[in-house]
Amino acid sequence: MDNEKKYFFDNARNIKRMMHVFYAICIILVLLDFVIHRHVVHSWENLWGFYPLYGFVGCVVLVLIATWMRTFLMRGEDYYDNEGATAADKKQNKEVGGHDVDA
Amino acid sequence: MMWMLEIPPFLPFFIGALIAAFTRGILRNIIMIAVPVISAAHLWMVPEGIHLQFAFLDYQLTPYRADKLSFMFGYVFHIAAFIAIIYSLHVRDTMQQVAAMLYAGSGLGAVFAGDLLTLFIFWELLAFTSVFLIWARRTQRAYVAGMRYLVIQVLSGVILLAGALFYAAEKGSLEFGYIGLDGIAGWLIFIAFGIKCAFPFAHNWLTDAYPEATVTGTVILSAFTTKVAVYALARAYPGTELLVYIGAAMTCFPIFFAVIENDLRRVLAYSLINQVGFMVVGVGIGTALALNGAISHAFNDVIFKGLLFMTMGAVLHMTGRINGSDLGGLYKTMPKTTVLCIVGAASISAFPLFSGFVSKSMVMSAALEEGFDWIWLMLLFASAGVFHHAGIKIPYFAFFAHDSGIRASDPPNNMLLAMLIAAVLCIAIGVYPAALYSLLPYDTGYNPYDATHVLAQTQLLFFSALAFVWLNLKGMYPPELRSTNLDFDWTYRRLLPATMQKTFSLIWQLDQTLRQAFLKRFDLCLTFISRRHEGVSGLLSRTYPVGSMVAWVAVILAVYLFLSFVR
Repeated sequence: MDNEKKYFFDNARNIKRMMHVFYAICIILVLLDFVIHRHVVHSWENLWGFYPLYGFVGCVVLVLIATWMRTFLMRGEDYYDNEGATAADKKQNKEVGGHDVDA
Repeated sequence: MMWMLEIPPFLPFFIGALIAAFTRGILRNIIMIAVPVISAAHLWMVPEGIHLQFAFLDYQLTPYRADKLSFMFGYVFHIAAFIAIIYSLHVRDTMQQVAAMLYAGSGLGAVFAGDLLTLFIFWELLAFTSVFLIWARRTQRAYVAGMRYLVIQVLSGVILLAGALFYAAEKGSLEFGYIGLDGIAGWLIFIAFGIKCAFPFAHNWLTDAYPEATVTGTVILSAFTTKVAVYALARAYPGTELLVYIGAAMTCFPIFFAVIENDLRRVLAYSLINQVGFMVVGVGIGTALALNGAISHAFNDVIFKGLLFMTMGAVLHMTGRINGSDLGGLYKTMPKTTVLCIVGAASISAFPLFSGFVSKSMVMSAALEEGFDWIWLMLLFASAGVFHHAGIKIPYFAFFAHDSGIRASDPPNNMLLAMLIAAVLCIAIGVYPAALYSLLPYDTGYNPYDATHVLAQTQLLFFSALAFVWLNLKGMYPPELRSTNLDFDWTYRRLLPATMQKTFSLIWQLDQTLRQAFLKRFDLCLTFISRRHEGVSGLLSRTYPVGSMVAWVAVILAVYLFLSFVR
């Protein structure tokens, strides 16, 4: 692995540059709110930064709830695997990792 | 113009399947590619109207009726079949090739069916042909998942048949047009469509079976079954308000499961339900704009969801792995697949200039215009959510994230070509939506590219991405874990069998106890009677002469004789 080719994201500076561009775009998008006059249908759209805020908060809430759901929904990977399968089948499935792609 | 015979579109595919069963190698490949091309060229020239109709018993059957609604689905099914066939050219499995052709043909048969009986036949054919694409994986998991899939699909068909019979009794006709939710027939057919459409609580056949199918099988599966159901809803239940709420639920709940799911093809299966949700909302709102949105979104979804399934299929094909926890860093050696996946991700996330944007925005606008404020907020949340799990999570965990050390190369050329065609279509429709709009049933003069829409959507998406970045930096983003997440299918895969087992063992025990108690009593009784009457002169030990027996037989015969005279 030592003499392996260096790829784009192996360089931490590249990642940093990408992130800076990304943050800049986010800031520009919020500032555009002041420039572009939007015709609104819903009163909430008038709120300053409604869409950015909704997107950000929505996603954080989504991830937090989903993570919390793991506490009672998550089971082992082979939870359903002992249904009707014989021991030999299970062993075979395990050997190929259950990923026998098309023949 | 020369007189032309209108061939029902399912026929070329069924004939193609027959030929594919008996040919091999390049010849089969040429025939399989030729079928959708020729059939599409033919379909393009078919005018609207009823092209095949005959009387059957007391009813009028219409196996081939074409209007703008069915044409839209007809065209996209041809595109989907064409792309999927190219994608699977390398497969040397006759069962899969034949099943794929039959399945595509059944989908086409269903969308051009003008009566409920024809619809039912293709509805069931969809189930029986597609299950082979799951079984073709040839693992125990795929086998049992396919079985569950088949049971649920056939159940949907049986309910549809029952509904059709009630409908015939109520209306005296089997014509497949607007049905609406009045009467038993309406509800039965609604439920049948709902099962195939993956309504909440009936959605697990999809997330259960699709990820277990073969690499190429999942691509084909994702195109037809649910879209046929959307088509059927759009024809029979436009403007049914209940659909708005069902659809909104469908857009929201799967994204939670998608965020914590490890199998990336299962993530896409959840996101498929989410996208179908948008279509169902559109059908439920039922205005011209909303229906246009639902139909065009179905059109686009077939292509971009197919593209995403193809890229994940390519990953599975080349690495043998599909769990997010096993993948990462693949952009290094699969750059073409990475770019194609990002195009699919941008399309499903509805980035401006990609296909999802020009269709999803119609449904959202219609929801606002018709005063469904809360539904609109749910759709907005779902839009952010779909970007989060399908737009970011899929490419990120497969191609970037931590380096898994896997150095798989890009897939075979036929797979790359299929993905390229889909990606080009995604961008072409996004850049020039007028071509798609011209095919739609209604003319609404809708323009997706005004400053308001573009800015709002871009802000929403970029800040969803910002949330992803922020959560990752904070270490709050849930890592990919090897796991199974319980969903509603737990009720019939675990709860129901467990309850049944307990109930039966209880019944069995109860039965055992009762029997024993009865036998004991009976034994006691017998002992008692035999005690009472034992001995030479007792009731049970008396002797009777043979003569008295003969006398009684004679009496019985005499009675018979007498009775026969009486009659």
